[in-house]
Amino acid sequence: MAIPSLNLLLQSILSGIFIGGMYAMTGLGLGLAWGLLRQINLAHFGFVFLSAYLCYQMSTVGGIDPLLTVFVLPPAFFCVGVAMQWVLSRFRISAFNSLLVTFGVTVMIESGIQYVWTADFRKMQSVYAEEKFVVGGLFVPLPEFLTLAVAVALSFAIWAAMRFTDLGKAMRAMAEDAPIAAAFGINERGLSLALSGICVALASVAGICFALTFTLTPTQIFSWVGVVFAVVMLGGLGSALGPLVSGIVIGVSEAVAMALFAPSWAPIVSFSLLILMLLFRPGKA
Amino acid sequence: MKRSVILAILAAGAVLAAVPSAGLPAFYESFLYLLFHWIVLAVSWNILSGYTGYFSFGHGAFFGAGIYGTAFLAGKMDWPFLATLPATMFVAALLGVALGAVVFRVASIRGEIFALLTLAVTFILATVILNTRIDGGPGIYLISMEIPKLGRTQSASIYAMGLLAAVTTLLVAYLIYASKFGTGLFAIHDDEDVAEVMGVPTYRYKLYALAVSCALAGLAGGIHASFVSYVTVSETFSILVPLSVVLMSILGGSRHWFGPAVGAVAITSLLYYATSGDYAVAGRASVGFILVAVILFMPEGVLGLYSQWRRRRNAPAATEGGTAHAPAVPVPSAAARVVRRPAGPPLLQVEGLSKAFKGVQALNDVTFDVRANEILGLIGPNGSGKSTFINVVSGHYKPTAGRIRFDGRRLEGLDAHRFAQAGISRTYQIPRPFAHMTVLENVATAGMFGGNGSGRAAATEAAREFVEFAGLGHRAHVRPDDLNLHQRKFLELARALAARPKLLLLDEVLSGLTPGEINEAIAMVRRIREGGTTIVFVEHVMRAVMALTDRIVVLNHGRLIAEGDPAAVMDDEQVKVAYLGKSHA
Repeated sequence: MAIPSLNLLLQSILSGIFIGGMYAMTGLGLGLAWGLLRQINLAHFGFVFLSAYLCYQMSTVGGIDPLLTVFVLPPAFFCVGVAMQWVLSRFRISAFNSLLVTFGVTVMIESGIQYVWTADFRKMQSVYAEEKFVVGGLFVPLPEFLTLAVAVALSFAIWAAMRFTDLGKAMRAMAEDAPIAAAFGINERGLSLALSGICVALASVAGICFALTFTLTPTQIFSWVGVVFAVVMLGGLGSALGPLVSGIVIGVSEAVAMALFAPSWAPIVSFSLLILMLLFRPGKA
Repeated sequence: MKRSVILAILAAGAVLAAVPSAGLPAFYESFLYLLFHWIVLAVSWNILSGYTGYFSFGHGAFFGAGIYGTAFLAGKMDWPFLATLPATMFVAALLGVALGAVVFRVASIRGEIFALLTLAVTFILATVILNTRIDGGPGIYLISMEIPKLGRTQSASIYAMGLLAAVTTLLVAYLIYASKFGTGLFAIHDDEDVAEVMGVPTYRYKLYALAVSCALAGLAGGIHASFVSYVTVSETFSILVPLSVVLMSILGGSRHWFGPAVGAVAITSLLYYATSGDYAVAGRASVGFILVAVILFMPEGVLGLYSQWRRRRNAPAATEGGTAHAPAVPVPSAAARVVRRPAGPPLLQVEGLSKAFKGVQALNDVTFDVRANEILGLIGPNGSGKSTFINVVSGHYKPTAGRIRFDGRRLEGLDAHRFAQAGISRTYQIPRPFAHMTVLENVATAGMFGGNGSGRAAATEAAREFVEFAGLGHRAHVRPDDLNLHQRKFLELARALAARPKLLLLDEVLSGLTPGEINEAIAMVRRIREGGTTIVFVEHVMRAVMALTDRIVVLNHGRLIAEGDPAAVMDDEQVKVAYLGKSHA
């Protein structure tokens, strides 16, 4: 194990924070749906990628600024989320079966992406792609910075909404005990449809961030599943700020592990944390 | 167990063994090999996950341990190929047992938590293999590996090994399915706590099932190493392996031993057909679609539907045979009531028994005896600790302090199934039957595991009597879902009795019954005692308590406040205060 220079170490910590922002952005909607709706949505990853590809298509072929797709994609994905929750509740799908159903959906999305965009690597060429600035000797790439900023802003916005608005309180009550909440006049059905819509819309936002930052290829969908699940479990299901914190913790520890050992050792960090978490604090999960 | 099934598996194997000599084009061999490969993986996964309901997403890890075991030993250490197979099976089973020994100790790791945890283990194993000498990064080439000549060509040899593995796996899966062990696993699937309290050694059983499942996955991996001849971490430990296996099992029906094989054949054929016809993408998409459709419309799978159809077809015939509520055992006449028994020697002695839940003292230093062949009434207001007492004495909760001596043996601190094997059985206030078993199977399961236990056939035979005794003879072949509350209560009773307990703990068997049904139940409890069983009777229906019990123990706020003759106890000042509050007059 070679000790890297301080500057290199700081740079890797910074990149860990940025990748953590991406983890948090991806995990936010997933954890909310899991904790509040008992919906383990593996298709979340499918939606992230689908949205990323659509963003790529609109900006590369349609020539739209990728940031402007925010006005189109999340609302469209909101509708998808509503439809999905409608089906899941219509068939009274248990939490575990929702995992299997949404896996089927993910495979369909992956095949669809592969059919339309082929298995080739795709990288969006936009004005933001190569933009970076230097702060105190450290490079800050703009797309990663934007992703982190969006993740922080959305996490806090949702946290505040859950905490301080009536609607947020209603949602928490519903998550705690749906029948009792319904007896107190909470429209459980409507709320869960809306919440599922919001979660999938969040997946779409994550997809736009993803398209800005990463190279796209359909098989990558599954490589994000493990680590984002770890982030979500560590952050606490149904928590808005949890994934942000745990995402950054995991991102930084992976980056440090990569700098100190070999990059290929990185997965050990998140998955060991996940296992320890499941073994010793399973009540929280 | 049916000998015909075993013969059928062997016959199918013998027929398929002749395929390579039939002179078919070589791709048939590789296609059939892939079928065998997925049959082994799916059926072996099902032995733990389908039977017990512990859905593992870690099957890829054990498969990967097998493939890398062989690749490393044969490719890098120059072991002969055949010698690597037992070694990899052992390593895979060892990995599984090590994982299970930790994970199965934590009661909350079930369902999706277990699935995720096993998935995480897969990725950790992959990372370790990738970064150590086992792989090191570039993958392992096995072109030069010598494969034993079991056929004329190399592909025929691989075919033969795959076939042998598939036949072995199917036999193992069926033998477990049709055994007492298998029944225990299915009981764990439906309600693990009840299974344990009924005498199923759940921890050990889960561990055995996992070990068998992992060893077979390791075998599939070892053989597959010879088929692929180039092994990489990203292919081997891909999430698609466990998920395909889950999909195959669910499609075929994961509660049936043969279900996963049906699913494996269907999915593998579909994918093979699609790939060879250049519709690979469409093939994958349709696999996804099938998964969604199966879970939405037939969550029990193809063979689940088939069993359901068979139950339906058999049900009407059985209904006509029995008459409602005609207990075969003679009812003792009403004149025999209120015969107080001379006190026998103590059967159960609890001493200083305490149980606290995070500061709530549910039982507090309770000491009393239950004498042989008496009916002891255990009463007290709501929240007084009666149910906790039952849960502690049946072994479900471990006491925080105190001693439990039963029939000359100390039981505190032991697992619940040891309590059941010692001769204690209980009913649940809200019936908790095994939902996917018929009434008869529910009762037979208790007979297999309670007390000294008995074989599957003997227990099923004896179960008929108890089902008849409980007046459920005409409902023996339906599932508990189709029973009304009254019948479910009697099912609880039949199940508790089938264990032939020395001590029977009845937890509010009468609640929710009509007065007529209560009379029926009182007569039945008497008959049970006539048979020599000691009974602890927790009840709120005072009429029944006074009619049945020899002595009464009263609990309040977890403490014993009175004990003795029923009439005297009911007159006790403290008891009146506990139930009615202090008189201000």
